[in-house]
Amino acid sequence: MKRKRISVLVGGEAGQGITRSGSLLAKALMRAGLNVFGVNDYPSVIRGSHNFYQLRASNGEVNSQGDEVDLVLALNKETILLHEAELAKGGGVVHDEGISFGEGELKRDDVALYPVPLRGIVEEIGGTPIMMNTVALGAASALIGLDPEIMKGVIADTFSGRFAIIEANSRAIQMGHDHIKGHSKVYQFDIEYSPEERDRIMPTGNDAVALGAIQAGCRFYAAYPMTPASPVLHYLIANDTEAGMIVVQSESEIAAATSIVGASFAGLRAMTATSGGGFCLMTEALGLAAMTENPMVVMLGQRPGPSTGMATYTSQGDLLFALHASQGEFPRVVLAPGDVDECFYLTMEAFNLAETFQIPAIILTDKYLIESHKSTEPFDPGRVGIDRGALIEKEEWEGPEEYRRFQITESGVSPRAVPGTRGVVVLANSNEHLERGYTTIDPGAVKAMVDKWFRKAEGLRRRVEGMSPLRIYGDEEPEITLVGWGSTKGPALDALSLLREEGVRARFVQVVYMEPFPGRELGTLLDSGGSLLLLETNRTAQLGRLIRLNCGVEFDHVHLRYDGRPFTPGEIWLKALEVLGR
Amino acid sequence: MSVRDLMTPSEITWCPGCGNFGILTAVRRALVELGLSREEVVAVTGIGCHGKFTNYINVNGIHVIHGRVLPVATAIKLANEDLTVIGFAGDGDAFNIGIGHFPHAARRNPDITYVIHDNLIYGLTTGQASATTTKGHVTKTSPRGLFEDAVNPIVQALAGGASFVARGFVGEPGQLTSILKEAISFPGFALVDILQPCVAWNRVNTYDFYRERAYKLEEESHDASDLMAAYERAMEWGDRIPIGVFYRKERPVYRENFPVLKEGPMARRSLEGIDISRLLEEFR
Repeated sequence: MKRKRISVLVGGEAGQGITRSGSLLAKALMRAGLNVFGVNDYPSVIRGSHNFYQLRASNGEVNSQGDEVDLVLALNKETILLHEAELAKGGGVVHDEGISFGEGELKRDDVALYPVPLRGIVEEIGGTPIMMNTVALGAASALIGLDPEIMKGVIADTFSGRFAIIEANSRAIQMGHDHIKGHSKVYQFDIEYSPEERDRIMPTGNDAVALGAIQAGCRFYAAYPMTPASPVLHYLIANDTEAGMIVVQSESEIAAATSIVGASFAGLRAMTATSGGGFCLMTEALGLAAMTENPMVVMLGQRPGPSTGMATYTSQGDLLFALHASQGEFPRVVLAPGDVDECFYLTMEAFNLAETFQIPAIILTDKYLIESHKSTEPFDPGRVGIDRGALIEKEEWEGPEEYRRFQITESGVSPRAVPGTRGVVVLANSNEHLERGYTTIDPGAVKAMVDKWFRKAEGLRRRVEGMSPLRIYGDEEPEITLVGWGSTKGPALDALSLLREEGVRARFVQVVYMEPFPGRELGTLLDSGGSLLLLETNRTAQLGRLIRLNCGVEFDHVHLRYDGRPFTPGEIWLKALEVLGR
Repeated sequence: MSVRDLMTPSEITWCPGCGNFGILTAVRRALVELGLSREEVVAVTGIGCHGKFTNYINVNGIHVIHGRVLPVATAIKLANEDLTVIGFAGDGDAFNIGIGHFPHAARRNPDITYVIHDNLIYGLTTGQASATTTKGHVTKTSPRGLFEDAVNPIVQALAGGASFVARGFVGEPGQLTSILKEAISFPGFALVDILQPCVAWNRVNTYDFYRERAYKLEEESHDASDLMAAYERAMEWGDRIPIGVFYRKERPVYRENFPVLKEGPMARRSLEGIDISRLLEEFR
C-alpha cells in the first residue's frame, strides 16, 4: 500500500548545499502534488560543522517537520551517526558508497542502507563536489517514486539560464536515480502523489513577509544584516525594481530604524526587519516614531538570547520586550503570524494599522517561522486592501485654517500631511509638542496630547477586535485546549491531528494580536476550554504572563522549550496525553 | 518669501549672545536669497541647544533624537528629491554619539546639507566636554583638563569622502551666509562646520578667540579642488584657523544608484495596482 506521507532529512557539512538541496526536493514534492514543510538547522559558520534540512511531505495537511524521519540523505558519515535515532522503523539512509561502519558503530539494525557512488558519479560527469547533493536527490527520487523529470524541472527553474549547471545537475539527478533503480527492486517509500494540478507556492516566512510588504505598498526598506531576518533584505534588494522599493543596507540598526522614521515622515510606507539584538538598537527609533506619530513597521525575527545567544536557532523570548520596548507610554501594535500565509497577510495588516493610527507596528516572528518553507495557495493580493488612514494625498492643503500636524481630534488621529504639500509646513517633534509641532512643557497642553494618543489606542483596540486577533482550531467542546502563538501554530496543529487519532477532543487557540491584547475574548474561551496547556519556546512563559495579566487565568500545565529548537508535534501530543492522564 | 516668513511664534530660549542666533539668521537669509519656499525645505535637528532650531524656523521640520540627524535626513531626501533637506547637529550630536553615521553619509553622497553648530562643548547638558573640545580644556567632565585629542570635523569629512567641506564662523555672517547658500545648492553631501561660541559654558573659544585667529581661505588663494591642499588647511588649528570652503568636488549623488528613482520622487507615487504575480513565479 502506498504511504500518505514521508519525511526526509538531508544532512552534511556547512558548505555542502544542504538547505538548497533540501528545499529543491521539497519543491519537487510540492509540484508532484503534496503539501510540504521544510526546516533547516545550521550553526553560525560558513564551512564545516553539521547542517541539516528536514522536510515532511503529505497528501494531507502538513504544518511542521513532524517527528520521525523516513529517509536520510547523508552527505557525510556524521549525519548518519547523528540522526540514526530519529529514523522511523524501517527507514532508509542514502550515503556515499565510500562510507564504511565499524563493528557496532550503527545502533540500528532495522534501517536500510543505500550506498550510492555520490562522489564517483560527480567525478564521472566532471562536476564540483557540491553536486553530491544532487546525486543524492536523484537517488531519493527513485526511492520515493518521484518522477526524476519533476526534480530536473525544479533544478532548471532554480538555475534559470545557467545552462551548464542545469545540464550537469540534470545528469546527476538521472544517474543517482538510475543507480537506485538498478540496485533495488521496489520503491521503498512509494507515496501516493496527488495527480491533479494545483497552483501552489513554497515560500519561507521571510519570503512571505517581503512579498506582503511589496503588496502593501512599502516603498522604503532599510535594514542591517542579522540572522534570521537578513533574507528579507536580500530578497527585496534583489527585486527592488519590480517591487518599486528603495532598499538600503544601513550602517547599523539604529540607522535603519531612524531612516524608516525619516522616509515615513516624507510620506512613504517604510519598514525594517531584524532580530533581538538589532531590535535593542531600534528601540530609540520606536519611541521617535511614536512621538512624531510617523507610521513604522518592524519585523522582529526572534532567536535565542540574551546577547548573541544562538544566532541560527529559534526562540519566543522577545514577546514582552517587543510589547514594552522604548521609554514612555504609547500605543503600538504587536502581531504574531504563525505560518507563511499569516506572514503575508499580517504584514499587510501591520502597514494598514501603522498608517491608520500613525504608530509603530511590530511583526513578531522567529527563526523557525521565517526560515522554514511551507507550501500554500498563491497569496491573494486582494484579501487585505491598502488603507492609508488620514494621510493627505492631495498636493495642496485645502483646510480653512492653518495646518497642524498634531491637531487634537476626537479619534486622536490627526490629518497627516507630508513635506512638500503646498500651503503646509509639517513640523514633527521628538519633544512633547503643541498641535502645530512646537515644543511645549505646558501641563494642560501635554495632557491633551497624551490623551490624544490614547484615544488612538482605543480606536486601535476596536479595529483589532474585528481582525481575528485569536484563531481557534480543533474541537468545539474540548477536553484540552492548547494555547500558543507564532510558529507554535504548525506543530500544535499537527499535534491536534495526532490527538484526534487518539480520540482526544482537543483545541488549539492561537493568539495573533499581542497588542492590543484580546483579553476578554480569550478569557471566555479558556473558561470553557477543559484542561489548559500553554506552549511556548521560551523559559518564562511570557504569553502566560500576559494572559494572567489580561484574563486572570493561570495555567496549571505549561510546556516550554528553550533549547533553540522548535516544538515537534509528538512532544506536544505526549504532553497533552500526560495532562489528561492517559 | 522673506526672512519674516521664516519666523515662528515660538519663543526663543537660547542664551543672549549665543552663536545659534547668528546661525539662525544666516540660514534664514540663505534660504530667502536662494528663492526657496518654506514648503520645499525640510530641517532635521538633533538633540542639544541647536535642536530648538526647528521651533524657530518656519519650514518643514523634524526634531529627532540624539545623533540621528543623518539617517533621517538621508531617508527624507531619498523619499523625495524635490525637497531641500538640511540637517542641523551640535558637535556632541554629530561627533560624539552620531559620528558612526558621518562617514556613511559622506561616502554615500546624498544631496543634503549638514550644518554643525560647533561650540566645542555640551551646552544644553550644562558644560561637559564634547568630541571637539580642545585638549587640556577644563570642563565639568574634564576637571584635570581634557586628556583626549579633539575630533577634527573637517578632516573627518575629507577622509569620509564628503564632496563639499566648509567651515564658517558666526562672527563672519556675510561669509557664513554665502557658504550656506553654496552648500545648500551643491549637489551632494555638504558639510558646514560652524564655529559658534557658547557664552554659558565655553570661556575659551569665545568670539574674540576666533576673531584673533580666523582667516578666510578665499583670501589666501586656496584651491578647493585640491584634496591634499584641503587636508593641509584642515590640520591648521592654533594661531590661525581657516574658515571658508576647504574642498568641493562634484560626484554622482546617492539617489542615482537606485534604478527605482529614475522616474522621479517616490513620495506621492500611487499605491494602486501593485501586482506581485510575477514575483510569485519563483516560489511555484
